[in-house]
Amino acid sequence: MPEMLSLSNDPVLFLCVMITKILVVFIVVVLIVAYATYAERKIIGRMQTRLGPTMTGPLGLLQPIADGLKLFFKEDIVPAQASKLAFVLAPMMILIPAFITVAVIPFGGDVVVYGYTVPLQIADLNVGILYILAMAGLGVYGIVLAGWASNNKYSLLGGIRSAAQVISYELAAGLSIVAVFMLSETLSLRGIVAAQSGSVLDWYIFSQPLAFGLFVITSLAEINRTPFDLPEAETELVSGFCTEYSSMKYALFFMAEYANMIVVSALIATLFLGGPAGPFSGPINLLLKVFSFMFLFIWIRATFPRVRYDQLMYMGWKVFLPLALLNIVITGAVVVF
Amino acid sequence: MAKKETMTINMGPQHPSTHGVLQLVLELDGETVVNAVPHIGFLHRGVEKLAENRSYHRALPLTDRLDYLAPMSNNLGYVLAVEKLLGITDQIPERAKVVRVMMAELTRIKSHLVWLATHALDIGAMTVFLYCFREREDIMDMYEKISGARMTSNYFRVGGLSLDLPEGFEADILKFIDAMPGHLETYEGLLTGNKIWRKRTIGVATISAEDAIDVGLTGPALRASGVDWDLRRDNPYSGYEDYDFEVITRDGCDTFDRYTARLDEMRESCKIIRQAVDKLQPGPIMADVPSVCLPAKQDVTNSIEGLIHHFKIITEGFKPEPGEVYQGIEAPKGELGYYIVSDGSANPFRMKVRPPSFVNLQALPQMIEGKLLADVIAAIGTLDIVLGEIDR
Repeated sequence: MPEMLSLSNDPVLFLCVMITKILVVFIVVVLIVAYATYAERKIIGRMQTRLGPTMTGPLGLLQPIADGLKLFFKEDIVPAQASKLAFVLAPMMILIPAFITVAVIPFGGDVVVYGYTVPLQIADLNVGILYILAMAGLGVYGIVLAGWASNNKYSLLGGIRSAAQVISYELAAGLSIVAVFMLSETLSLRGIVAAQSGSVLDWYIFSQPLAFGLFVITSLAEINRTPFDLPEAETELVSGFCTEYSSMKYALFFMAEYANMIVVSALIATLFLGGPAGPFSGPINLLLKVFSFMFLFIWIRATFPRVRYDQLMYMGWKVFLPLALLNIVITGAVVVF
Repeated sequence: MAKKETMTINMGPQHPSTHGVLQLVLELDGETVVNAVPHIGFLHRGVEKLAENRSYHRALPLTDRLDYLAPMSNNLGYVLAVEKLLGITDQIPERAKVVRVMMAELTRIKSHLVWLATHALDIGAMTVFLYCFREREDIMDMYEKISGARMTSNYFRVGGLSLDLPEGFEADILKFIDAMPGHLETYEGLLTGNKIWRKRTIGVATISAEDAIDVGLTGPALRASGVDWDLRRDNPYSGYEDYDFEVITRDGCDTFDRYTARLDEMRESCKIIRQAVDKLQPGPIMADVPSVCLPAKQDVTNSIEGLIHHFKIITEGFKPEPGEVYQGIEAPKGELGYYIVSDGSANPFRMKVRPPSFVNLQALPQMIEGKLLADVIAAIGTLDIVLGEIDR
């Protein structure tokens, strides 16, 4: 059994491998983000008897690049009454947590490089899940700050909605995962994947269907997707927290939304669907699972109306939270007896 | 204890879901509406005043631009009012009457489709929006076939119709109303049973029957509050008494019931159109009143008498006896009334429009006060207002 590559046994190789992994993951995520926008427009277009982008390049495939260029060259407007620092900081504060969450997601088993074992994961934190929840919590600061700093009443309402929404849904999301690591007895995502590595029936979606359902729904609320897209509800709040944003700052919000979709999909795949397990090689399995969840999210967007603020709160506190607690009790009983 | 302040927010005139340029000054406590004041006038074009400076025929195109989502209904109300003023209501040929009913009902479907599309979009259901516009496109194509214009059709004339139906038009319209119930089921499949849709609409923006009558609410909004009142049946015009249809009423007084009521109205409209197509007989499309009605196009181009006749009516117009008249019709959005005063000249002395949207909008403040911001959007959508006829 080859030794695990670490900073102590071969620092140069370790750094090289680490940087390579980070670069590869980053590029893949950015690419998926770009083409997720394309896919969303194409898929929703098809569902709505439209075509989606067709003119930019073959099948409109260059659309994300055109969009990016356009946004890049747009005038960057900072409202005169805005709180400058927070206004500039907010889009970064929402994008960065989205990206760095990917660091703990295992995207494959181990590979052997120059006689050392290298895990296909950027960082195997032993508190991986807590890290993810912390980052998800950080992301909302971006929205709240954006809403507050814009000095616009619609933005402010969007920011407030977002804060309220995240508080109510993070609890239910966190508690639904508790049941998962009660079974796996580890907080490390790698450990959770290992615990599901037996057969397909070992995937937690089968032993924890309730937690799975809760987590998928609460994740939708956390990443502000339809039907829980209240913070930016364009028909109510114009564009919510990003009303005043333009140019690249707006693009950052946009990218963050899709990056969050990827993270959440990857997380669901890791926690409930065995992560990289499957018929193909590890990363491809994970990507397939991620894509299917993203498709689901897009599908939901094409189908559902938006819930109302008070109904969202009601569901969060009076439906999802008790259900998550009940699930923990049941899981606990099963684990003990 | 911190001091509690309310926040005033200007919703519109530039806002994605105020259906045009409605401005609502909302006083919010958190997201709860404490006070709501609608401000109108951003789309004022002075239609009523303009009409005073035009002959009766030339005032007709102005009416297209009132409720631009239902141009034929506006035309119908106006031509009926002028015909009543002239006393030629009985001389309108049967074919013209039937086509008017047919097109008015098609217009009702068109208007209701836009209502459903935007209402659903406001509540977040994006797909229904595009489905409805797909069907509306078919109606626009039919509009184009008969009048040459997709929106400002200007098809009816005082005394009849401007043109006869194009060849094969009956087949087009039958094809459309054959497909329409299926489309309606598609929309219902996406919305009616949807839990979120029901939560967003049931019990939202309620108005009791008494309040609705006090405010003067008309149309589907009134009927969904349980008041059985429809001018097509209760004060028939253009031969509506010969058609067999139901007046849809609901008792829920809320957004959901207004939604189902309008959907059922579209089904009833399909029924009426089918009956109209069955009734359609060849015949004249213009009343035989040479002092009022324009001659047929081939007479204008082929005979000097026809040309002079046309010229006289276009340049001088016709002069009704002094008097006043009110004609209300059941437009898609409610009672659309024209009050016309004649002083014996070729121009109307006064043309007053009673637009359903303007009156229905008055119910908005009491529907939304004490409710949430998201309900404001639902309430605006469910009232089905069009700023073009509110501001005029």
